[in-house]
Amino acid sequence: MIELQAVSKRYGHKQALDGVILSLPKGKIIGLVGENGSGKTTLLKLISGLLTPDSGVAALDGKVITRRVAATIAYMPDTDLFYSYFTISQLFEFYNSQFEDFQMKKAEEIAEFLNISMDAKIRTLSKGNRGRVKIAVTLGREAEYYLLDEPFSGLDPMVREDIAKGLIRFTDTERQTVLMSTHELKEVEPLLDELIVLKGGQILAHKEIDEIRDRYGMDATSWLVSLFRE
Amino acid sequence: MSMEFLPDKPIYQQLIDHIIGDIIRGTLIAGAKLPSVRDYAVSVGVNANTMQRVYKELEQMEITETRRGQGSFVTENTERIQELREEMKEQLVQSFIQNLEALGFTTNEMVNYLQKRGGNDD
Repeated sequence: MIELQAVSKRYGHKQALDGVILSLPKGKIIGLVGENGSGKTTLLKLISGLLTPDSGVAALDGKVITRRVAATIAYMPDTDLFYSYFTISQLFEFYNSQFEDFQMKKAEEIAEFLNISMDAKIRTLSKGNRGRVKIAVTLGREAEYYLLDEPFSGLDPMVREDIAKGLIRFTDTERQTVLMSTHELKEVEPLLDELIVLKGGQILAHKEIDEIRDRYGMDATSWLVSLFRE
Repeated sequence: MSMEFLPDKPIYQQLIDHIIGDIIRGTLIAGAKLPSVRDYAVSVGVNANTMQRVYKELEQMEITETRRGQGSFVTENTERIQELREEMKEQLVQSFIQNLEALGFTTNEMVNYLQKRGGNDD
C-alpha cells in the first residue's frame, strides 16, 4: 500500500502539493484528475521517488519512498521517449538492462498485441505508435505499481483504445495497482475502480466509481463538474 | 471504450443486465461457456475487477456456474432461465407503467390500445 501523510511540495513560490493525505489500496485502477497545474504530475513523481517532499512522508508498505524503494514502481512520463535512434528491440534491450523487473517475453507479447514492429526505429514512428511503444515498455515491467502520466493525451481514438485494452490485458489487478492521470475521464471511466480529484495541490475528493454512480445517479464526468461548481 | 454505458447505473450492473439480456434473447444458450474474465474485460473495455464482480454476482444469482479449472458457464437449469424471463418481463412492465402514470395514461387505456395494435407486429 502507498500512503502519503501531509505531503507538501513547493517550486519557488508555487505550492504544487499542499498537505496531501492519501492512501492507495493494492489491486485497483485509480484515475487522477484535476485542472492543469493542480499537482497531478508532482504527485506521480513523488510516489515514484523522482521527487522528495518538502514536508510530510510518502511511504510504500511502511517504508519511506526513495529511488531504491521505488524499484517496484513503474513510472511513465507524459513526455516523449528519449532514445529516438534506437529500434524497438534495442529499446527493449535497454529497458531489460535497466530494470530488474523488465520481462522481455511479456514486452514482446505486448508489442505484438499492439502491432508494434520490433525493427522500426523510434524516430520513424508516428505519434500514436510512440504512445504504443511507451505503454509497452512500461507494462513490460512486472511492477507492483504503474504510475501513468496522461497515457491517452494527444492520441487518436484508435490508439487510445489499443492502450486501454493493453492496460486491461497486461496488468493483473490481483496484485498490481495502476494510478493514472487523465483529462479523458469520460472515456477512461470504465477502466477505473476509484477516482482522485486534485485541486490547487489538495485532494478535493477520493471516491469509488460505483459509489458515484450508485449514490449520485450520474457518471464520473457529470459528478466532477458538479463538484467543481460547488 | 468499446461498449457504451448509461450514466446513471454502475457499470457492473449494466454488464450483468447485458449478459442476462443475451441469455433471454438466446444469443447465450443454456450451458454455453463464457469468455474468461480478462478476455471479456478486454473485449468490452472495462476494468478486470469490474468484470470479476459481474461474474461473481451472476454466479450468486445462479445464472452461471463456475467449474473448477474450466471457467464459467450459463446455467443448464432451464427453470432458472424461465424465471429470469419472467423477472425481466416484470421489470419492463413496471417501468412502462411508471412512464404511463407519469403522463397520466390509465393502464386500461393502454391495455386496450396494445390489444388493438398488437397483431400488426407479431
